[in-house]
Amino acid sequence: MTNRLNPRLLGVALIAIALLVAPFALSGQQYLLRVVTTAAIYAIAAYGLNIILGLTGQLSLAHGAFFGVGAYTVGLLTTDYDWSFWTAFLAAIVGTTVLGYVSGLIALRTQGAYFAIFTMALGFLIFIIVVRWESVTHAHSGVSGVKFPENIGPIDFTEPATMYYFVLLFLAGAAYTTHALLHSNAGRSLVAIRTSEDLAKSIGVNVAVSKQLAFTASATIAGLAGGLFASLNGFIGPDSTGIDRTFEMLLFLLIGGLGTVMGPILGSLLVAFLFEMLQDLETYRFIVLGPIIVLLVIFAPRGLIGYLNELVPARFRHRDTTPEPVASTTVSDTTKDGAL
Amino acid sequence: MTLFVQQLANGLALGGIYCLAAIGLTLVFGVLGFPNLAHGALYMLGAYLTFFFLTDVGLPYVVAILAAAVVLAFLGVVLERLVFHPLRNSPHTHHMIATVGVMFFLVAVVQEIWGTGFLRMESPVNGQVSVAGAQVSWQRIIIIVTAVVVLLLLTWFLKRSPHGQAIEAIEQDRTGAALVGINPSMVSMVTFAVSLALVAIAAGLVAPINLLSPGMGDSLSLTVFAIIILGGLGSLPGAIIGGFTIAIAEVMAATYISVGAGEAAIFIILIAVLAIKPTGIFGTVTQR
Repeated sequence: MTNRLNPRLLGVALIAIALLVAPFALSGQQYLLRVVTTAAIYAIAAYGLNIILGLTGQLSLAHGAFFGVGAYTVGLLTTDYDWSFWTAFLAAIVGTTVLGYVSGLIALRTQGAYFAIFTMALGFLIFIIVVRWESVTHAHSGVSGVKFPENIGPIDFTEPATMYYFVLLFLAGAAYTTHALLHSNAGRSLVAIRTSEDLAKSIGVNVAVSKQLAFTASATIAGLAGGLFASLNGFIGPDSTGIDRTFEMLLFLLIGGLGTVMGPILGSLLVAFLFEMLQDLETYRFIVLGPIIVLLVIFAPRGLIGYLNELVPARFRHRDTTPEPVASTTVSDTTKDGAL
Repeated sequence: MTLFVQQLANGLALGGIYCLAAIGLTLVFGVLGFPNLAHGALYMLGAYLTFFFLTDVGLPYVVAILAAAVVLAFLGVVLERLVFHPLRNSPHTHHMIATVGVMFFLVAVVQEIWGTGFLRMESPVNGQVSVAGAQVSWQRIIIIVTAVVVLLLLTWFLKRSPHGQAIEAIEQDRTGAALVGINPSMVSMVTFAVSLALVAIAAGLVAPINLLSPGMGDSLSLTVFAIIILGGLGSLPGAIIGGFTIAIAEVMAATYISVGAGEAAIFIILIAVLAIKPTGIFGTVTQR
């Protein structure tokens, strides 16, 4: 290996530094910092979806609902039941993990299109429960007054910058988990399943267990993001559980790059920025975004990170594999494994 | 008993709607191998187009439905050419994501043109008939009769006409069909056209008894997906039996238990079936 600077590491470092100094750059602009914090929370949720869709290749449409379950757990427990944020947050994480595990038991019996539709139905069922079970969830009036995290010693979470760093901590954790997963046997099993389930089975990958773990982990991460969202926002309504949430996560992932480590962050920040710019055009927003999704899957299915990776000289791409053949870009699956 | 007959008629009418929508969806799945997640949005567009042709253009009801069907069939061909043909070599996940994009776009366009509120379409045929003591509106009888006629025509089309037989051939074996001179692109276009025409007819029929809103496709699309999963993706008899089963279960649960139970009934049946047989009751299509 050469000692020259790896452009991919440089890219990651740039994004990390930009995220770290954001509160200072945006000091005095509370609103913008809040937008960035929200985008970071969505990015965490997108990392959840990334594990099951990007790495394992299973289109789960229930992740908006998992996000919502996390949000409602924190929302309801801290208001109606007066729990502290920390215990409620823990309950949200454990709750969505259990929910993800149990629904995975049934959902993962199905494959491909059946899986996508089944998870969509599951998401809708959760949405219906939130809307109809008024005595518990307050239905359309939503939950307001969700607590901020309580102070830990001198750390005051009502301070926007503190909250931002708190979220950033989980974002870094999610990104690192994805990175570690991609370089572990478990992650390689998932990528093998994405490439071909039968083939993975034939070389000894335990497909059922791998998929179950991936689905559970991705539900946990989505639920965690939901819990953070409830606290930051202070208010949640049934919209937080809807299928539109799932589609937004999908958009973040697509723009950033499916199955990549930095894709969810880049995608979420970029789309958050786009949403802010298009805010005056509330309904026009999807007239623009719909075709963008279509164009992305047709012309750039590997997202921004996929393109950036192509610019990186081959010698930096992977330590242990030979360079990819150039012609294999069209038919092959979303991303090369190990792409950043 | 009267209540039961009344609700049975409602269930059959709803079943007719579900069948028409579900068959369109299952045809596209059989030929192209992915579920069109924009189907509900297209249904919604069909209802608005019928409303437009009936109210703004002033066409008679039946002609308005046919006009909406023709417009949607044309849109189907355009979508196949612009969106799904370029994706033919991509993984099916990408098709599904693209249909999500189409769905967003259609809902936003309808919101922009007709607004986000509810619209009411005047029922072109009023009055009721008495069947076994129950009052059944003419509109529901029209729905049931039309659904049966369209289903018969469709069966004839698929089994007897060259285009329909080509669709079946492609469903059975894409490569084999191409080898004997069937053009897969042509069949994809025809399938989309037929599928969207069917969903437009379903929407046109239901428009007078339901309110129109940009979100009206959401719950329908889930129900219809539940139906084709229940029947087995790509299976026509599955779509028909699933359509009527789900509709009657939904109406009966809503009548005798509660409205929420009606909505939940669909998903409870769905989860139960998938837990036992993950490819649906009539499912034979193997997954790749």
